[in-house]
Amino acid sequence: MDAMIRVNDVSMMFNMSSDRIDNIKEYIIRLLKKQLMFQEFWALKHISFELEKGDSLGIVGLNGSGKSTLLKTIAGVLKPTKGSVYTGGAIAPLIELGAGFDDDLSAEENVYLNGAILGYSKEYMDSKYEEIITFAELKDFTQVPLKNYSSGMKARLGFAIATMNVPDILILDEVLAVGDYKFQEKSFHRMEEILHSGATVLFVSHSVEQVRKICKKALWLSNGEMKMFGDAEMVCSQYEMM
Amino acid sequence: MLHGLKVKIDVFIKYRNLLENLVSRDIKVRYRRSVLGMLWTVLNPLLMMVVITIVFSTLFKQNIEHFPIYYLSGSLIFSFSSETTSNALYSIIGNASLMKKVYIPKYLFPVSKVVSGLVNLGFSLIAMFVVMLAMGVECRITLLLLPIPIFYTFLFATGLGLLLSAATVFFRDISHFYGVFVMAWTYFTPIFYPVDILPETARKVMDFNPMYHYVQYMRELILYGNFPSMRENLICFLFGAGMLLIGTWVFYRKQDKFVLYV
Repeated sequence: MDAMIRVNDVSMMFNMSSDRIDNIKEYIIRLLKKQLMFQEFWALKHISFELEKGDSLGIVGLNGSGKSTLLKTIAGVLKPTKGSVYTGGAIAPLIELGAGFDDDLSAEENVYLNGAILGYSKEYMDSKYEEIITFAELKDFTQVPLKNYSSGMKARLGFAIATMNVPDILILDEVLAVGDYKFQEKSFHRMEEILHSGATVLFVSHSVEQVRKICKKALWLSNGEMKMFGDAEMVCSQYEMM
Repeated sequence: MLHGLKVKIDVFIKYRNLLENLVSRDIKVRYRRSVLGMLWTVLNPLLMMVVITIVFSTLFKQNIEHFPIYYLSGSLIFSFSSETTSNALYSIIGNASLMKKVYIPKYLFPVSKVVSGLVNLGFSLIAMFVVMLAMGVECRITLLLLPIPIFYTFLFATGLGLLLSAATVFFRDISHFYGVFVMAWTYFTPIFYPVDILPETARKVMDFNPMYHYVQYMRELILYGNFPSMRENLICFLFGAGMLLIGTWVFYRKQDKFVLYV
């Protein structure tokens, strides 16, 4: 079977200079004083794994262990310092809902803008528009500028757009808790639909319960290193025993 | 190599819709809540023209034939270049939150600013044609060739926009400096004065000002009905293509680091 995601010896380094140099004067002074040294920080160290179509992977680990950095390298937002990432299909990144909403535009305009950001054509968005608005329960507010929306309404719209299509790869960074309990139920159903449709899912959560419920496999990150990778049940129980 | 190019073209086609969306957002947001809306794109250069004409033709007694058109033909192309590059400068740092969450080809941000400036220029040119008709200035056949200098300037502005947007990510000082630079540039381009009032040495330096060539090109077509020589065309093209090459090169080399600095 073809690999959908292949992460090959990925390492990610950040410059941890205490104050980032972003003006020319400072840069030249430091250059002359030969102080242009950065403290290196490796957020990810030699991560390698492969996922096949239909796999679901939960990523667990403490705060600052590199979970979000790993998701971002897979989503293509960050380019790894070393190693490579291969992805074999369309990615729906739900790292944050409603990324790229413009507060001055109406909901309708934002649906099209956000769809375009995710790489969909206008015709496709035309065909999905009704469905999105219905799912987000915003029928009466389509012409209202987004700045007048409540945060729950924005989140609902963001969720509806991001999940309207069944993607090949779905990336979730703790976004299941959206809106009121009614909508949460609805969004959980939508999530399960996507899971059962054969998409490859990457899921980050602090809740080991959720990982057990959703994922078949799990990856345990600790200080940027891969501590364990394998069956979700096994990794989760090891993680809990720590 | 060939495959890499194909992938790039596929990505471009996939995100063409986003480019359209970014451009229309730019235009919509700019005129939202103003009573006259899009009419401002036409009105703005007209009002500027009135002010400049009053100042320069009565105060300084300059004798340039059809001064309003002389001014407009220069200033429209100049402000297209200066405004789009100033906007492009902020386009990467301004979209930081978006870039941190979704993968988007990053050149779309500066390029969308230049394209929306191009749409603006189109409207402003309509304003100029209206003034030409009202003043009884002869509409020459060479007007049909206007897309040529606009294309050269588009290349130049895109290149400069890419360069500035990438450099600003690493050195924020540029955003403060560029405003002053543009003002100096405005005065050093013969927009509201004829180039022959300058001393000989200044005119030699002027040859290295790309905007001078573009402004002259516009005027040759609009006012004098001449098609500039092949040499002049080559100069204009090389300035544009050279800038685009430099801008693209710098942008592509640095774009993977943007996320870490914005």
